[in-house]
Amino acid sequence: MTGAAGVVETARQIVAGEVTATALVARLYARIAEVDSELGAFLALDEAGAHAAAHELDRKRAAGIPLGPLGGVPIALKDNLVTRGIATTAGSKILDRWIPPYDATVVTRLRNAGAILVGKTNMDEFGMGSSTERSAFWPTRNPWNPARVPGGSSGGSAAAVSAELCAAALGTDTGGSIRQPAAFCGVVGIKPTYGRVSRYGVIAYASSLDQVGTFGRTVADAALVLQAISGHDPRDATSVMAPVPDLADLATAEADVQGLRVGRPREYYGEGLEPEVRAALERTATALVERGATLVDVDLPHTALALPVYYLIAPAEASSNLARYDGVRYGLRADAADLLDMYRRTRGEGFGPEVKRRVMLGTYALRSGYYDAYYRKAQQVRALIKRDFDEAFGRCDVLLTPTTPTAAFAFGSRPTPLEMYAGDVYTLACNLAGLPGASVPCGLTADGLPIGAQVLARPLDEVTLVRAARAIEAAVGLAGRRPHVAEVSA
Amino acid sequence: MPSLPRTEVDEIAFLARLHLDEAELVAMETDLGAILETFGALAAVDTQGVPPMTHAVPEDSLLRADVVGRSLPVDEALAMAPRRHGDVLVVPAIITAGSGIDS
Repeated sequence: MTGAAGVVETARQIVAGEVTATALVARLYARIAEVDSELGAFLALDEAGAHAAAHELDRKRAAGIPLGPLGGVPIALKDNLVTRGIATTAGSKILDRWIPPYDATVVTRLRNAGAILVGKTNMDEFGMGSSTERSAFWPTRNPWNPARVPGGSSGGSAAAVSAELCAAALGTDTGGSIRQPAAFCGVVGIKPTYGRVSRYGVIAYASSLDQVGTFGRTVADAALVLQAISGHDPRDATSVMAPVPDLADLATAEADVQGLRVGRPREYYGEGLEPEVRAALERTATALVERGATLVDVDLPHTALALPVYYLIAPAEASSNLARYDGVRYGLRADAADLLDMYRRTRGEGFGPEVKRRVMLGTYALRSGYYDAYYRKAQQVRALIKRDFDEAFGRCDVLLTPTTPTAAFAFGSRPTPLEMYAGDVYTLACNLAGLPGASVPCGLTADGLPIGAQVLARPLDEVTLVRAARAIEAAVGLAGRRPHVAEVSA
Repeated sequence: MPSLPRTEVDEIAFLARLHLDEAELVAMETDLGAILETFGALAAVDTQGVPPMTHAVPEDSLLRADVVGRSLPVDEALAMAPRRHGDVLVVPAIITAGSGIDS
């Protein structure tokens, strides 16, 4: 059973009548049945809904009705995006068997664009993790090597795209949760500017950092889906009013970086960066220069502080956001004699260890008398991190960095919280500053694991982000290599 | 390795409305202690006169038109409630016997 084609190719095949949406969906679920028992990318499938949507698309096409830019394209959704009538857990026992009564705005936009929604993908609980080992249900395996993690928190989405179980997927990125799994699974991941995409219906982790974005096997695929979900939403007061740029034409045009100034922040190439990753980034920079870009060395002096700033701000916001899980209105409720005990036992039974740790950290930081020393201080240093980027972007148009210091690590190899957090060092500052960022495959290690190059751009400049990402894809990329799971055929 | 005193762990767990068993409490002492130590790096940064950054985009208060919109029907909103009675949510007693509060 061959894998799902990409976004651009599927949309073309459907419009051209080369395949019906109904046949495509039947083939897709057969492939998922074949592959996902090993991979564990999906927490829930909506086969009935997908068949109904496919049937409707085929009827429309026969009647000559336009199908929308994503007509017939199968897309997977991270399980923290609420879906009317389809179980949504955010990877947590506390929401096990919860059926949302409404769709997130991004889900509505995908439906309106003609996409077929395949199912809900696995994730670290509430987005708190970098490996899917913190999912309350099961870990997802990396399609390139089942002994390795797919990254996280959107590991299920990245693995599903990599293994060709869908054309594209949505994820969320609070501190790297799209870019890091994209790097580990050898796919493209785009986290847009904070506010570019509505957060209505996104199960909140850290509201000043959370942003929805896309995964695709090509930049064009990820950009096309991003365009479909972008734009102001009256239901999210933090979504920006700015017009949505035309990424679709740009992403399929010739990759052109003539005259582009590519900044390389020294702090992202220091200690801890594995030699193979460093070498891949060197090759990427050289390839961009050969295509007409110029390299600029820049400094982001507060980079090392992004880790403590993030691990103060995100847990503080999480401790507030997760206060809603109290067993009263929905989700798990533990038996208890009085209300206070019910809150405590429900949360004690429903949350996993990493969520408990971050709720505790956040509660510690926001405590009366501690607020100025921790939370306020972190917000001030966050302003300095943002200022670093503003100054750097005075000298360059994009920044080129590794997405992660290493390729995908083995299950169980980062047992302590601090060891796990240290792997996020290159992705956190982008969220703190609200910048758009992307991870693009730029090579394989000697062990055959993908390496990701991260591109960061000015706020709302997704056009330049996609332009640079396209050039990296064309110049280095993975040269057609696919994970072993994608090569499984029956 | 610094650790957070048990009294503080207990207090935070109470404020967070989180029941933790003995093994979890022990783990919190060491894990939180180690993480809090890394926050010490922030104290050394000169932030005199730097306004705190609360959000990634400048926040203007947005107002929508003051008209009634469509909202979720009550039955749908309450469909997943663990316990309900008609249109109200049912929870265990807030004030229990012996709480010292006259009902």
